Amino acid sequence: MTNVIEVEDISKRFTIHHERNQTLKERILHPRSGSSEIFDALSDINFTVEQGETLGIVGHNGSGKSTLLKCICGVLKPTTGQIRLRGNLAALLELGAGFQHELSGRDNVYLYGSMLGFTRKMVDAIFDEVVAFSELEHFIDTPVKFYSSGMYVRLAFAVAVNVNPDILVVDEVLAVGDERFQAKCIDRIRHFQREGRTILLVTHQADTVRAICDRAIVLDHGNMIADGPVTDALRIFRGRLLGDVVDHRPGGTGVVTIDGLTAPSGSFEVRHGGNLHFDATLTCDHAVSGNLVIEVFTRTGLLVSRNDAEAAPVSLRPGANKVGVDLTGVPLLDGVYDINVGLVEPQGATMLAWREKAASLQVLYDGRSSGVVAIELSVTQW
Amino acid sequence: MDEPSSAEQRSLVASPVRVVSARASLRTRLANLIERRELLFSLITSDIRIKYKGSALGLFWSMLSPALTLATYYLVFSVFLKNGIPLFVVYLFAGLIVWNMFQSAVSSATGVIVDRAGLVKKVSFPREILALSNVGASVIYFVIQVVVLAIFLGIIGHAPAWSFLWLLPISFLALYLLTASIAVVMSAITVYLRDVRHLMDVVLQLWFWVSPVVYSYENSIAPALRIRGLTALYFINPMTPIILTFQRIFYVNTTVRSTTTGLPLHILPAWSMTTFAVVNLGLLAFAVVLFLVALVIFGRLEGNFESEL
Repeated sequence: MTNVIEVEDISKRFTIHHERNQTLKERILHPRSGSSEIFDALSDINFTVEQGETLGIVGHNGSGKSTLLKCICGVLKPTTGQIRLRGNLAALLELGAGFQHELSGRDNVYLYGSMLGFTRKMVDAIFDEVVAFSELEHFIDTPVKFYSSGMYVRLAFAVAVNVNPDILVVDEVLAVGDERFQAKCIDRIRHFQREGRTILLVTHQADTVRAICDRAIVLDHGNMIADGPVTDALRIFRGRLLGDVVDHRPGGTGVVTIDGLTAPSGSFEVRHGGNLHFDATLTCDHAVSGNLVIEVFTRTGLLVSRNDAEAAPVSLRPGANKVGVDLTGVPLLDGVYDINVGLVEPQGATMLAWREKAASLQVLYDGRSSGVVAIELSVTQW
Repeated sequence: MDEPSSAEQRSLVASPVRVVSARASLRTRLANLIERRELLFSLITSDIRIKYKGSALGLFWSMLSPALTLATYYLVFSVFLKNGIPLFVVYLFAGLIVWNMFQSAVSSATGVIVDRAGLVKKVSFPREILALSNVGASVIYFVIQVVVLAIFLGIIGHAPAWSFLWLLPISFLALYLLTASIAVVMSAITVYLRDVRHLMDVVLQLWFWVSPVVYSYENSIAPALRIRGLTALYFINPMTPIILTFQRIFYVNTTVRSTTTGLPLHILPAWSMTTFAVVNLGLLAFAVVLFLVALVIFGRLEGNFESEL
């Protein structure tokens, strides 16, 4: 396959002015005053993306993921290194950033298209599709200043995905619009994947990455700490997130570890509709109270269930603690599921401990329904 | 949902490779500018549309307002303020259209990158295009003003100097490149020194008065400059030869008979066509170099835009 994005030794250094000497007078009177600080947003990032890949870039706030994305799009110039791109690229960094409020939706479609680097002819060809996708048929000749924020974003998204770029770059914008529109966006992204286009997705939502991406890279304070299959990358991402939490706790004493899950029956096997009991062992060095989170995933990475954390409070004593967990009436269908276990703080939901794939759950089902869960169904003929 | 034509994604092996790196060569910068010309055109048209949005006469105003200005000057200088120069309004307007293009482009482009920081920080395109779009809008108004002047000349039955007319595109191109160079550099400097914007207003005013727009170069100041040997200094201002060329083309006469005293007045330098040609071509060459230098300067300055905006 062809490499469509090659990132070579990219570093980005920002100078942060603490006191901005922006007027001429200040610059002349105090040429050296005002402290400034050097901040390395990215250091020596290397990776390549092949045509047709969907790459997730994850990292906590301030990890440099947006900076990296902006460098790839050409909005920022890297301090050192270079990025080579093949094919045209449409970036959704901030939807509607190029819109002119006074102009109509129609004019803005053309303007935004040309900002993304597409010619008038190309926009002409897809104009009707853009309007249909955005569902703004009645408002397309209204100035966008009268649009609601949802309409605004829908129009921008519609332009970017309908110009059919070779590379689509998306920065946490999937959280826009109502649920139906979100589903439509995800649908369009999947369509892009089937067409073999390349997608770059930046997010801190692990679920989105798991659902869409083939591969993920993890950034932490400007360094790339992982590059590989989604599940491995996410494990490292969670591990690092956890490490941070521990580092930043006052006193630095609160270390909680999840040692593992054990089932008294010896196996994590349950019949469809049956009950399962297992124990989680957590060790801590001082008393901690938190809420237990249990996630169940399919092997394809679909989140089936995450419990309401507030319904599962636990108080841990120093040392090893055993917490019993009961799953009742498991509605899952035949298959193997992964269980993740976490402990979050009662307030703020900061993660105290996390264990990915703590156990594999085997569900047995005799029926003929397929999918993840069974929905009771009967047919009545009149 | 209707799916778009599910044509198989083309292979990108043969696609040209674009490189994003700290510093782009001048050649790449020029190539990028040419590649993104569509954006330049859509920015210009959207600027103009916004300007006349909601006004009943729309773009017609861009023609009506110079026409009214011209009519006003005609009335003022032929009835109230008789300075003895026949058809002074033609002389004045010929210089003024050149100056208007320069002044409006430079003053609007100076703050353009600061004003459109949101765009600069979110969308990728050659940033010079923002300044160039302001210059482009000024070019459109310039063309409209030339048309208004041509119509006016037709009405009053004053023919331009046909044999000099071929100098017009050369002179205009020099004007365009000169204006664009200053606009591009100023737009970048303003990001770092916000005062430049206000300073530029004053500089432009001063610049206006050292250019022979409202006074006749040959009649008012040329003798004084010659005595003191300052003629060369006056011509450091690159606007002067352009304005003189436009005046030569549209006003035509270098020497006229005063309408008040009846004495001959030297209005324009009595240069031969060759002199005008040499001056304009020389200026054009200078403007081309200046434009390239401006792009290089802009390239150096744009690297830190994001930490200043």
